[in-house]
Amino acid sequence: MKAIVAVIGQDKKGIIAKVSTLLYEKNVNIIDISQTIMEDMFVMTAMVDTKDCSVEFDQLRHDLTDLGEEIGVQITIQRKNIFESMHRI
Amino acid sequence: MINNSEIFETLNMINSEHLDVRTITMGISLLDCADEDYKKATMKVYDKITKYAENLVKTGCDIEKEFGIPIINKRISVTPISHVAAASGHYVDFAKALDRAADTTGVNFIGGYSALVAKGYTASDRLFVESIPEALAETKKMCSSVNVASTKAGINMDAVRQMGQVIKKAAELDDMACAKLVVFANAVEDNPFMAGAFHGTGEGECVINVGVSGPGVVKCALEKVKGEPFGVVADTIKKTAFKITRMGQMVAVEASKRLGVPFGIVDLSLAPTPAVGDSVAYILEEMGLEQCGTHGTTAALALLNDAVKKGGVMASSYVGGLSGAFIPVSEDAGMIAAAANGCLTLEKLEAMTCVCSVGLDMIAVPGDTSAETISGIIADEAAIGMVNSKTTAVRIIPARGKKVGDMVEFGGLLGQAPIMPLNTKSCADFIARGGRIPAPLQSLKN
Repeated sequence: MKAIVAVIGQDKKGIIAKVSTLLYEKNVNIIDISQTIMEDMFVMTAMVDTKDCSVEFDQLRHDLTDLGEEIGVQITIQRKNIFESMHRI
Repeated sequence: MINNSEIFETLNMINSEHLDVRTITMGISLLDCADEDYKKATMKVYDKITKYAENLVKTGCDIEKEFGIPIINKRISVTPISHVAAASGHYVDFAKALDRAADTTGVNFIGGYSALVAKGYTASDRLFVESIPEALAETKKMCSSVNVASTKAGINMDAVRQMGQVIKKAAELDDMACAKLVVFANAVEDNPFMAGAFHGTGEGECVINVGVSGPGVVKCALEKVKGEPFGVVADTIKKTAFKITRMGQMVAVEASKRLGVPFGIVDLSLAPTPAVGDSVAYILEEMGLEQCGTHGTTAALALLNDAVKKGGVMASSYVGGLSGAFIPVSEDAGMIAAAANGCLTLEKLEAMTCVCSVGLDMIAVPGDTSAETISGIIADEAAIGMVNSKTTAVRIIPARGKKVGDMVEFGGLLGQAPIMPLNTKSCADFIARGGRIPAPLQSLKN
């Protein structure tokens, strides 16, 4: 299953490192990743494949939220088809 | 690949603008449960509902978790019980069976303690309607509705008179009863929203209907087009409604697949909740009204209602239910405020029901309001529905011991409402006439 990880928050060192480490630990593959700074805000989105994920999707979401709180950014993960259904005809 | 602005737009809608799926409602036909022996019949009713809806709540919660989209309510609607219980009587036992089934399946409401009497009563219908107050008082999760008028049949004024008495009696027996009772004109058979949901006899065996919502999302979208002309406003609402509905459609199809039940319809309704930022009144105010209820409110609501439908229709393969904008006073923070300070009056609400998707909804009136006055309010609403070929409804709560200006608290999604003043002149002789108001002409429209 493909999902989108979105990270937004104050820029600091190691955000991508920590997020990608967590994803790696849960056996989630990153397919595509983009990152930019918009008005001092760190913005990152990644398309990931969770088919081999070692935990339930809901657990992965909790783990990412917890990591976000730990490093002071907001991290969300949503199934990709939500975005596709909303923005693509 | 979806771009960043699209991703954050969707995330914002869900995380801060209250986008949610308001309800997944499973419609279940109970026609095959009728039996002369009411004990057998109620057992069949309970067994069928609990079997068909066994996984409804779990499936709803699973989808919620996996997709990260809140699904606020999981509900059941059934064949109007007046049909199912006609052979056996003992109507209140059916109500209790429905309530037990709701408890077992874990849904928060079950609808369908209903009668369709737009043209006339059967002997059983009349007794059934009489049983509604007791049925509501004896149950917690069961909702009731009665269709008293239609564009094709006219208005059954005997039923209108009886519903005034039923509402009064229900209010005396239980403070919450009237919040679970709707009087309809042109009731729809596939409405997923409570309290008026029932599974019409033209429907299949079992079906999944989904109600989407998102007044907060529409309000936030309109904040970005301040001062623009109405073409832009309508376009913005249409685009937003499209996106909201696409999500509802996705959830509906997913739920239908997982439950192995055909997908019925998506109801494109903007249904407010008392949460700040989830109000239909705020959308109208965002269009430029100082407060909901002032001059211009009806026009603003007409635009909103129409644009929501236009945007949503293309986003779903099947659209139905009530579809439009709801204006339940107690469930909408902006309406509560406007009604409390007198800007929003009952007369204005009545005008608004000519252009919104339903009718006078969740309106609290003084506890000493007479049954005839309530019938008069129902007759007016039914006339609007009948003449305009639309669904209208009355869900009115005579609040025991309360006077104009007091507040009445319903709790949860039902919110709170100020007691609204009514016209004090009598309509008792009008209501006493009974009979039927003939169906209106469908040509020579002016």
